[in-house]
Amino acid sequence: MAKEPKPQEIISQINYKPPQKAWMDIPVEIKEGMFCYGAKEKSLQTLDFPNARAWSVLDEDWKLPEKWDKIVLEGMAERLKKYRSFKIFMDICVRCGACADKCHFFLGSGDPKNMPVLRAELLRSIYRKNFTAAGKILGKLGGGRKLTIDVLKEWWYYFYQCSECRRCSVFCPYGIDTAEITMIARELLNLLGLNIEWIAGPAANCYMKGNHLGLEPHTIKNSIDFLVDEIEEKTGVRVSPTFNRKGAEILFVTPSGDLFADPGTYTCMGYLMLFHELGLDYTWSTYASEGGNFGFFTSMELAKRLNTKLYSEAKRLGVKWILGGECGHMWRVINQYMDTFNGPADFLEVPTSPITGTEFTNAKSTKMTHISEFTADLIKHKKLNLDPKRNDHLKVTFHDSCNVARGMGMFEEPRYVIKSVCNNFYEMPENTIREKTFCCGSGSGLNASENMELRLRGGLPRANAVKHVQEQYGVNMLACICAIDRAALPPLMNYWVPGVDVTGVTELVANALVMKGEKERTTNLRGEDLSWIEDEESKSTDETQIRV
Amino acid sequence: MTLNDILAKNRESIINRWFDLIVDSYPQNTADFIKSEKNRFANPVGWTIKKGIEDIFEGIIQNKSDAQFFPILDDIIKIRAVQEFTPSEAISFIFLLKQAMCEKIAIENTELFAIESKIDTLASISLDIFMECREKIKQLKTNEGKK
Ligand code: SF4
Ligand code: SF4
Repeated sequence: MAKEPKPQEIISQINYKPPQKAWMDIPVEIKEGMFCYGAKEKSLQTLDFPNARAWSVLDEDWKLPEKWDKIVLEGMAERLKKYRSFKIFMDICVRCGACADKCHFFLGSGDPKNMPVLRAELLRSIYRKNFTAAGKILGKLGGGRKLTIDVLKEWWYYFYQCSECRRCSVFCPYGIDTAEITMIARELLNLLGLNIEWIAGPAANCYMKGNHLGLEPHTIKNSIDFLVDEIEEKTGVRVSPTFNRKGAEILFVTPSGDLFADPGTYTCMGYLMLFHELGLDYTWSTYASEGGNFGFFTSMELAKRLNTKLYSEAKRLGVKWILGGECGHMWRVINQYMDTFNGPADFLEVPTSPITGTEFTNAKSTKMTHISEFTADLIKHKKLNLDPKRNDHLKVTFHDSCNVARGMGMFEEPRYVIKSVCNNFYEMPENTIREKTFCCGSGSGLNASENMELRLRGGLPRANAVKHVQEQYGVNMLACICAIDRAALPPLMNYWVPGVDVTGVTELVANALVMKGEKERTTNLRGEDLSWIEDEESKSTDETQIRV
Repeated sequence: MTLNDILAKNRESIINRWFDLIVDSYPQNTADFIKSEKNRFANPVGWTIKKGIEDIFEGIIQNKSDAQFFPILDDIIKIRAVQEFTPSEAISFIFLLKQAMCEKIAIENTELFAIESKIDTLASISLDIFMECREKIKQLKTNEGKK
């Protein structure tokens, strides 16, 4: 009988280590769950984008135009000339690796090509080969490589796995912003008609109808009317918003998603209630009916086109300034790019709160102020009658949305507002908030359904920090000031941290807001029972009596 | 000494080896990072795996019931369910405990047999959790599609 092998002997023969290869030698493998469907012919046609055609990502043939490589290289040359930052970002990376482990997609997937430095290298290698002497001569040795169809597919796969969140840039000693490299890469891909439908569709809708969902004016009015009825039912107060009203002092713009999808609708009810309570002279527009800008995830040119609409509408209506709702990338566009695109908006006035007289000089050029700044100023001047007790069933933490945090630098205002309207607030750990905040995993137009695995991976670092405050303090509510977050975080919480819900900050404000003429609030805006407040109040009165 | 005593005595070296074996299934530079970064928030995958296998190991020594392993396994499997692993790859980390034990302690075939059945049970629980996670992801996709 043969000698029975020892377990050690059997097991030592098994090799679990994957083979080691240089990154350039590992061909891209496009996997289900990791990508969004390709842009539809109709969407690209609407936007006047090249190579509109029916195509499928999983097909071998992507139906590219002839000489597609020439188009890409010429596009690259043009952008190297036009954007000094792009040229610098291509040249100065010393591959120190400080950014490598800072991307949520790398942390969640373990895929090295999700390391920001490697993501950029996908493009940089083509830059070296075609635009630097060393790369031309040394080829691979000089870090260069030829632009092939596989490289192009790799670009498409990985540049639509970057949410342009800028977290990596915070850690780069040279300030290289990989998000901007992704933006350029996406511009180049768009020269060949290689967008994703989740971006191209909403952008086309916005271009034609004024909002991502493609809502027509009467639909917008109907849905806001529905929210008005809801508010009356919950508070007894009938608010009366106006639409496209010329001569209003303020134009209010917010992401269209908040008109339709929970929990955004509660935040939208919050705006309506707050403005009514203040007696604000403001109007909604059914044309500039979208704060978000999916053009920004496509090209600078399209971002500018969509941004223009807000300002044209402000001009048409003759308002003095624009107030913006809780949105992420709307604010990044306003803060970082609007002034170059369409500014200065000289036909408007510097935003000034009609209630407190505060002049928002930070918005001197763009003339657009953030709802959290506006609300924080109201609270600071004690202009709101607030009862934070109504939020006592909540233990709240705050997710800094990448765009508002790193794209705008706003950290304090939303926290100040939350702490004024909620008694229980807990911060997540320091390396996961403020400028180091982790992306929701679905930013920059990646919040589709077909790429759910990608979103869940990318959202893991954020969810992991939420899980920590849930375990430590019993946190049950994740507040944010971004509509994509309000759509993207609920499934993320559902998967990773069940028991934590998601809210906009203005929803919390509205629930705490004591309105003139309101009836006793028996439920909050979500229709959840508030009778426990009375029980607690009577309990505390009893206790006081006993103590007396 | 019983096997459990031996395991308890060699706890750290077995767990460390087990951890390395699991992490080595990732590409080299990823594995290097997962092993070296100790902060929970800077390295969620590494931290979750480490914490998870420590708890599993402890559970084995303490002869915990099968049901008690569910929440412990859940955190690791959730991650593997979104990381492109096939079901068998996803649960393979459980079997690596055998290799770690064999490398770190002298173990006889009869003893191995005893602990093997526990490990097999954990693997089948893991498979159930994995399938639940995949089902949940499918549901999330459908819900999102409806929006
Ligand atoms: S931190 Fe900056 S310089 Fe260092 S590898 Fe990353 S991008 Fe390059
Ligand atoms: S911008 Fe964000 S998503 Fe993109 S590489 Fe950097 S950290 Fe990753």
